[in-house]
Amino acid sequence: MLAELHQRIRPTVLAAERTLPVPAALAPLFPVGGLVRGSSLALNGPGATSVALSLLAELTRTGSWVAVVGLGSLGWAAAADAGVVLRRTVAVTQPPLSQWAVVVAALVDAVDVVVVDPRHQVRATDAHRLAARARERGTVMMRLTVPDGARRFRWPSEADVAITAQSRWSGLRSGWGSLEPVSLRLTPSGRRGRPVAPVEVVIGPAGSVESAGGVGPAGSVPRLRRVV
Amino acid sequence: MSPVDVPVRTVVVWCDEWPAVASGPVVDRPVAVIRANRIVSVTPMAHTAGVEVGQRRREAQRRCPQVELRERDPDREARVFEQVVGALDELTPRLEISQPGCVRFPARAPARYFGGDDAVAGRARSLVEAVMAGMAGTTGEAGIGVGIADGAFAATLAARQSSNQQSSNQQSSNQQSSNRQSSNQGARVAVVVPGEGSPEFLARFPVGVLVATGDAASSQLVEARRDLVDVLSRLGIRRLGELAALPVADVSARFGPVGLAAHRLASGQDLSPMYLADPPADLEVHAEPDPPLERVDQASFVAKGMADELIDGLRGRGLTASCVVVSAELAGGWCVERRWRHEGALSAAAVAQRVRWQLDGWLTDRKRFGEGRLSEQRGAIIRLTLRPEDIGHDRGRQAGFWGGDDGTGERVVQSLARVQSLVGADAVQVAEWRGGRGPAGQYQLVPLDTVDLDALAGSGPEPWPGRLVGVAPALVWSPPRPVQVLDIGEAVLRVDGRGLLSGEPAWVVDRGRLAVAAWAGPWVTDERWWDPVAHRRRARIQAQLDDGSVHLVVLEAGRWGIEATWD
Repeated sequence: MLAELHQRIRPTVLAAERTLPVPAALAPLFPVGGLVRGSSLALNGPGATSVALSLLAELTRTGSWVAVVGLGSLGWAAAADAGVVLRRTVAVTQPPLSQWAVVVAALVDAVDVVVVDPRHQVRATDAHRLAARARERGTVMMRLTVPDGARRFRWPSEADVAITAQSRWSGLRSGWGSLEPVSLRLTPSGRRGRPVAPVEVVIGPAGSVESAGGVGPAGSVPRLRRVV
Repeated sequence: MSPVDVPVRTVVVWCDEWPAVASGPVVDRPVAVIRANRIVSVTPMAHTAGVEVGQRRREAQRRCPQVELRERDPDREARVFEQVVGALDELTPRLEISQPGCVRFPARAPARYFGGDDAVAGRARSLVEAVMAGMAGTTGEAGIGVGIADGAFAATLAARQSSNQQSSNQQSSNQQSSNRQSSNQGARVAVVVPGEGSPEFLARFPVGVLVATGDAASSQLVEARRDLVDVLSRLGIRRLGELAALPVADVSARFGPVGLAAHRLASGQDLSPMYLADPPADLEVHAEPDPPLERVDQASFVAKGMADELIDGLRGRGLTASCVVVSAELAGGWCVERRWRHEGALSAAAVAQRVRWQLDGWLTDRKRFGEGRLSEQRGAIIRLTLRPEDIGHDRGRQAGFWGGDDGTGERVVQSLARVQSLVGADAVQVAEWRGGRGPAGQYQLVPLDTVDLDALAGSGPEPWPGRLVGVAPALVWSPPRPVQVLDIGEAVLRVDGRGLLSGEPAWVVDRGRLAVAAWAGPWVTDERWWDPVAHRRRARIQAQLDDGSVHLVVLEAGRWGIEATWD
């Protein structure tokens, strides 16, 4: 509590510390313990949507605005259950393909986090321009890949942090049972991601993210390099 | 009491159950209007059948299976109401619309001209009745109330009382004879409260009317009033007269500004003393759209920008306005003007909504009379002006000390206007709760401009019997992706009339073929079975495939599809 207060009233903010908050259990995945403003994040693998929703929940709860481009299949009931504040979440589900980059650029200007899932090949110049704009405006670009069976083109540049999820659902038997909270194994990579060990978390029904006890090895604790 | 504090004698014309009346043809069928699964307005015929405001959709359909339910459409309500207001233009230029279905104007000047309050009321009633009779399908079903009293609150209550008398009269006349016209003449034309008689008139009303007459658009105000009424009735103060009898200082000390406002209303005074000085001219906002406005979607875009500018100007001086005047110059050289009033301060979103309604009304009206006599008079809108009236000091809202929740984030909404200009105003959406059994219908994306973000409907308290419980699926495919579900003997799985599976699901065949590792179900829903068109019968099973993915697989009309995926 006190530490949190201290964080908030600290007078100087370094560039690397201009971060947006993430759920505590997911913090080890990020180099500075939060989403650095202006950076990019890629989420893929089974369970990526659940991770995205719990990140968005924390972001919108703390006052950030989120825009979702494309992704017409997002389950809003799940979003609301996860704790995403819907009145700070706007959706542009069908941007005209010819204007996709323009729309995303306008959203980068308007909100704090833009979630995209392009089905088309994004041109390298567009991607670089968007990245530069996001860096300048301090907006996080979140690239979410949903498993809809459609083919995806490779994004021209690698994300600052990429998280690959592997979900494990349990609770269903043969003919009965109900789904239990999903447990996920999250492996970070990417340009700025540190090669830390995968993190195991459980996402509860109300969007609570708990780290699965005792699984994270000691190596996942950030180690400070000593400078002499 | 200073002379400024004398309540203005006001005429209120109230159209009973306006959302239902404006929703389309209502003759010879019970109609109810719903919003977020609750009935908000009913026609007399539906009311006779037992449908009441506040009921759930299910309850209403149980009481009256043939009731026609329509989704609420505030834009349409406002647009249709413009015809009614237009008819009253003949009486006075000072018309004020507080919400679609309720219009008011100062009584004194027209009363002098036409020879008394009763004459004005009679004229107002006959003008509105003539318009209503001309509107397709609403004849005779709409209760119109006219009330005259000192102060707008008392006049509104008088108008509602008058409309109730009318409709009860009409119902009895329906039973006795089919000739409604004759009995209408016998009924009282209006409820006219004699001068300075408002406090006695109000004293009889229960304190609950303080909530009922609140403008539904400002949900925070309604909520605060509801709390107040709740406490008052538990304190034993059940009538407005009892509230008015309390010392004003004590009410203010105990209940704050909300209590003070309620006390003022209960004692027959206007909510805010009239602000007699003209507002500074530079608060007006002008726009000269080029090309001239002809379509509603153009108008809504202009409305938004102007509303933001107006509110910015007011806020810069620490002021708020509770009334906004929309005036337009038309290509034919004509000028039209309307006042919109709102209890409490107007926000930018509320102003934009009202301007959009008004422009929509004018532009639609123009089209309607395109070939008729008005064709020369009304052209496209070439100049628009917004003028704030009834300006008060902004009591303000304290921003969070740590930043944090900044309310609606008007800065963001303003920058989203650029996106709207790219993809169209309707393509920028937010999710709103609607309720339903399947994962697809529970939330619906609605255009950002059509909702008040502060009052965005969250998940409602209503239970939906038969809905899927447990963890909601993170991805919903609409329409479902077609697949084939086979049992262990490679036969297509069926669900019989009693909701039993023909075997155990063993394979899901998509592009590939995956074995079912675990499953649960089936859950059968049989919705709207009384309606041959909208009837849907579906069976759903939850299946975990051997690649670990979990899907909601739905069977409808003999075809399987993946409706949702837990991801």
